Amino acid sequence: MTPLTGWGRTAPTPATVLRPRSADEAAALLKEAGRRGVVARGLGRAYGDAAQNAGGLVLDCAALAPSWSLDEETGLVTASAGMSLHDLMTALLPRGWFVPVTPGTRYVTVGGAVAADVHGKNHHADSSFGAHLRSLRLLTADGTLRTLGPGDDLFWATVGGMGLTGVVVEAAFRCVPVETSRMRVDVRRTRDLEETLEVMTAGDHDYRYTVAWIDLLARGGRMGRSVLTRGDHARLDELPPRARRDPLAFGPRPRLSAPPWVPDGLLNRATIGAFNALWYGRAPADRRGLIQGVAPFFHPLDGVGGWNRMYGSRGFVQYQFVVPFGAEDTLRRIVERLSRAGVVSFLTVLKRFGEGTPGMLSFPMPGWTLALDIPVGQDGLAAMLTEFDGWVAAAGGRLYLAKDSRMSAATMAATYPRLEEWRAIRRRADPDGLFVSDLARRLRL
Amino acid sequence: MRNALGSVDTVLLLGGRSEIGLAVVERLVRAGASRVVLAARGGTAPAERLRELGAEVHVLDFDASRPETHPALIEEAAAKLGDLDVVIPAFGVLGSQAVYDDDPVAAARDVAVNFGGHVSAGLAAARRLREQGHGALVVLSSVAGVRVRKANFVYGSAKAGLDGFAQGLADSLHGTGVRVVLVRPGFVIGRMTRGMTPAPMSVTADAVADAVVEALGSGRGTVWVPARLRPVFAVMRILPRDVWRRMPR
Repeated sequence: MTPLTGWGRTAPTPATVLRPRSADEAAALLKEAGRRGVVARGLGRAYGDAAQNAGGLVLDCAALAPSWSLDEETGLVTASAGMSLHDLMTALLPRGWFVPVTPGTRYVTVGGAVAADVHGKNHHADSSFGAHLRSLRLLTADGTLRTLGPGDDLFWATVGGMGLTGVVVEAAFRCVPVETSRMRVDVRRTRDLEETLEVMTAGDHDYRYTVAWIDLLARGGRMGRSVLTRGDHARLDELPPRARRDPLAFGPRPRLSAPPWVPDGLLNRATIGAFNALWYGRAPADRRGLIQGVAPFFHPLDGVGGWNRMYGSRGFVQYQFVVPFGAEDTLRRIVERLSRAGVVSFLTVLKRFGEGTPGMLSFPMPGWTLALDIPVGQDGLAAMLTEFDGWVAAAGGRLYLAKDSRMSAATMAATYPRLEEWRAIRRRADPDGLFVSDLARRLRL
Repeated sequence: MRNALGSVDTVLLLGGRSEIGLAVVERLVRAGASRVVLAARGGTAPAERLRELGAEVHVLDFDASRPETHPALIEEAAAKLGDLDVVIPAFGVLGSQAVYDDDPVAAARDVAVNFGGHVSAGLAAARRLREQGHGALVVLSSVAGVRVRKANFVYGSAKAGLDGFAQGLADSLHGTGVRVVLVRPGFVIGRMTRGMTPAPMSVTADAVADAVVEALGSGRGTVWVPARLRPVFAVMRILPRDVWRRMPR
């Protein structure tokens, strides 16, 4: 038994971890699952308990048959589920293709991207990962490998289904052609939350990728002040002459690593307050046409290996919710409350979502999403987040399962209206409940 | 499942009318627990208050003096609750030493409940928790068992046995994801001790419950209530025998 946690390093539970290297091996290993069932795990970037299975079996799929192919005509990529988006970018960018969606880290597997229906800075324009999928190969409870397409119920129960319908073994999705591996970026500072919302609403559609970083520790008239980063893939003619010689180069700098041990409480109100002030102060008031690499633009935190350790031994929770457009008051109330409570959150991001996918448990919906990290141990945190759950639910919003580590089964049932439909499809595909996780037990999925 | 902030979802209370037990359950429900089994003799226990707080409460018949029924009871509770997040065996009897002196059979019967019942219920629960790979077992020991006194040595010796059992069980469960929280309260003012004169540093059931909930959240393995009993008993434990013998109570 190996103790496992999610990226937030909270609530560890032990499981038997096995590493299949092929779909056949994975099918054979399903038979090893006992009464406690099995769930697939990728690179462990879900923050909570999605890829944990207390007392049961966890299939570590990061080594699952690393293979990929690209149709140079259409940009259709077929990749095994264990490939990470980092591996794919390394392979595809020099050929002039980019993944259709990347979350804030490249270190997620294709299988994980499907299971969480991940979104990125282009959600308002391009929706989430599932929207670009053409087919899936899914290992189901009966040990068979099924090929599924967007016409199948089980396909949309699997997209966003958190690995509870089976083991995703392979996925085919459309990539986007790019002329360069750089981004053309506009940076703009806003003075408060109202301006942030206004500027995003007015200008998001001019960019493929946008996100706002909010300084949650700013109070009073500066509450909600933000740095907006918005960009597109740079065209060849937009690169400085020197970069044009190798426009598709992709070699993120070697990663720094967080020290193996960090004193608890390193990230506190003083240090994060200072960091936030510096970050905000350093950002240009309004700068256009900055040329940036893919890595710093999309994945700033990937530059520090194991950054999750910076939160100390008790770990941290990430709270990410979405509320529909029109429910801006709920967003304001939550930001106000966080700001007043002095909640120490490093890198709080705000983003506008566009259309969701038909994934029954998929998170995104048109509206505003806010994501914040909070170290465990702040007084009153549990009660405050539970209160937020109620506000979010009342506004017709919900929480992101890939980030969640603490909501209740009741909140889940109240905020995912298609949960019953999903359960019915899952029961058909897995009548004995072979696939199960700590998250599934906690939320009674 | 216990969540990232320490809230649990399901609770099994053995000894469903225990003041300390109910006080712990109520706190866990207020913090988010949604399903509870109260197991009590005769199948009656005060479930209404917990239901008013929004919990789904089942009451099961449970007899601490019949160890042969304990494994089945744990399974029945798991069938109602799913995974057991917290199991609290809180049953117990406290008779007077004078009565035990005259009625050895009654003494043996009470020891069978206070020690034997906890062994069978504790092992049955531990088996289930071990298979789950998570969960916490709360063991209510007592300072009476830390060093046994002549004034209540039948009760005290049962608690001494239970205390040792809990330590061994905790060690055997190390690494399985299952925790044992060993609680050593002093004199607890309440129904069980009605008519007795409270000892120094006595506490209420609510104070014990607060300490248990705090330990469940923090991961502490041993809790003294009040906390200052720990240094006090560090001394008590090493008092010379002929001094200890003269302890008034």
